[in-house]
Amino acid sequence: MTTAVLLQALSLILDPYVLTVIFFSALFGLFVGCIPGLTATMATALLVPITFFMPPVPAIAAIVTATAMAIFSGDIPGALLRIPGTPASAAYTDETYRMTLKGQAELALGAGLVFSAIGGLFGTLVMILFAPALAEFALRFSSFEYFWLVVLGLSGALIVGAAGRLKSAVSLLLGLLVACIGLENPAAHPRFTFGINDLMGGVELIPMMVGMFAVSELLRYVTNMDPPAVIVTEKIGNIFSGMWGLLKQYRWPLVRGCAVGTAVGVQPGAGADMAAWMSYAMSKKFSKEPEKFGTGHVEGVIESGAANNSAVSGAWIPAMVFGIPGDSITAIAIGVLYMKNLNPGPTLFTNHPENIYAIFMVFILANLVMLPLGWLTVKLATKILKVSSNILMPSILLFCIVGSFAINNSVFGVTLMLLFGLAAFVLEENGFPVAPAILGVVLGKMLEENFVTSMIKSDSDPMVFFTRPIAMWLALGTMVVLLWPLGAKILQLIRGR
Amino acid sequence: MKINDAVSGVILLLLSLAVLFSISAYPKIPGQNVGPAAFPAMVALLLAACAIGLIWRGVRAKGQWLVPGPWLKSGPHVRNFLLTNLCLVFYILVSDKLGFIPSAALVLAVMFWTLRVRPAFILPLSVGVTLLIHLIFYKGLRVPLPWGVLLPWQW
Repeated sequence: MTTAVLLQALSLILDPYVLTVIFFSALFGLFVGCIPGLTATMATALLVPITFFMPPVPAIAAIVTATAMAIFSGDIPGALLRIPGTPASAAYTDETYRMTLKGQAELALGAGLVFSAIGGLFGTLVMILFAPALAEFALRFSSFEYFWLVVLGLSGALIVGAAGRLKSAVSLLLGLLVACIGLENPAAHPRFTFGINDLMGGVELIPMMVGMFAVSELLRYVTNMDPPAVIVTEKIGNIFSGMWGLLKQYRWPLVRGCAVGTAVGVQPGAGADMAAWMSYAMSKKFSKEPEKFGTGHVEGVIESGAANNSAVSGAWIPAMVFGIPGDSITAIAIGVLYMKNLNPGPTLFTNHPENIYAIFMVFILANLVMLPLGWLTVKLATKILKVSSNILMPSILLFCIVGSFAINNSVFGVTLMLLFGLAAFVLEENGFPVAPAILGVVLGKMLEENFVTSMIKSDSDPMVFFTRPIAMWLALGTMVVLLWPLGAKILQLIRGR
Repeated sequence: MKINDAVSGVILLLLSLAVLFSISAYPKIPGQNVGPAAFPAMVALLLAACAIGLIWRGVRAKGQWLVPGPWLKSGPHVRNFLLTNLCLVFYILVSDKLGFIPSAALVLAVMFWTLRVRPAFILPLSVGVTLLIHLIFYKGLRVPLPWGVLLPWQW
């Protein structure tokens, strides 16, 4: 890393245009995260049509900032309404709500904010330290290694998903089939286009993502029968008081939360929500006062609140180094990188290091501006939560329509958006998670390309997939991940006897 | 709406068979073993295996084939769902001819109505939000949203 590159990256970030983008995406992310029913993934999907018109660095900055903010502000309705603003806050919503009932809303929200920022910074630090080294190592990879890496990533999505493995697998395979559509395969033969010219180039990513992550949420909103929630407290005092004490008292849970969160984030298919659930469970297990968990105790909030934000940063490591998304947000972001001709992969680090360092700086900046802007959002929370969602949701629908149209200036995008929105709605209603599907779509082309190239290189001898040293280790890793549940069951049986 | 796993399994099995059937006609590449059909064939076979697994699980669980979710029994919610989809279909079909502003305002008005926004607010809100989004995308981002019938008065 030379000073010249760093200065270049700094000048990319300090551009007033980029700073303005960061500021408004921060407000947007905080708002979206705060409204129950609008998730961080949805914030990303809604941002993509706008980033389509931006240069690469502000485009990525917008996504990074908005998601970090949305993951924090998802804590706000959790504490005030007992509804998580984003799924990532669900793990400790009950805890923060009980803290509010005990009159500790300030402590709950302050801990959420401060430790979210620390978690995000920790994940960023890990990324800055490891991503370039990993990229240098990845330069040695050929199609065989990439093939296994993608398979490993996709298997990871099956293993860690909360839903059943079978249903996750179905969702993943459906995504892979969608990736087959169009002319862009190694043989350049049109597949599954149904004679529709618009499908020749494959399914457009933006309308599909807007459909899967925004329209499906809107459909869930219009069919939601839960009674409206009531805000339990109107007045929120100083959220920063007492934070230093908490930081000293709970420094180890905090470190553990950050580490677990980053590790889970790096895992493809597991995102911030999984990180929060795992960290909360771990916090309770290792706590000196586990009996206080569930009664409005701040310890679990600190650990899992830090975990979900560090996961957001961690997910970017495999995304930038290998082009393999760590969660559904980075899956969308990878689509954006491709559109901007910044194809993710190790060469991104050698050819455009200034962009990479600019992205690192955005992460740091985003987690720092989270403190004042998050404070502002908490102050305004009771007002934001009173925004009429029956006015907001149709307006978002119109935004989705225009965003999907804008990609090719064709109404076909809106048709795709509707179809994928309905499909995602039906799949989720029946317990099929959507995240593996988006991983399948994004990774499908890469998987096929590396598979076909490897087969041609090896003259169709599958053994070559296992004989190169790095490929062999990756293959072994994949087998372990895939066969782990089976092995665990057998172990259980043996122990049971 | 909860569909029994066996039913979803059958649907997915049919889908994978359809994929396998349609790729059987794909050309072979001379001198190569892997053609355009290889990858989709692999995916379709795995999907078929998962589908059979789902059918097995569904049959063993012996549930009803189809359990309508609570919202399907509530008139207003069914109306919300249908109107949201119909609004999108309406927009897809007419926006080119009718133009963005009238079609979008109409879609918003119907959505506001079905979600019970106060009647007095519906007209100003739908026109206002439409014009705001038009301003952002048409003027700000230069997306050529169609003018349709408003073409003579475009601004």
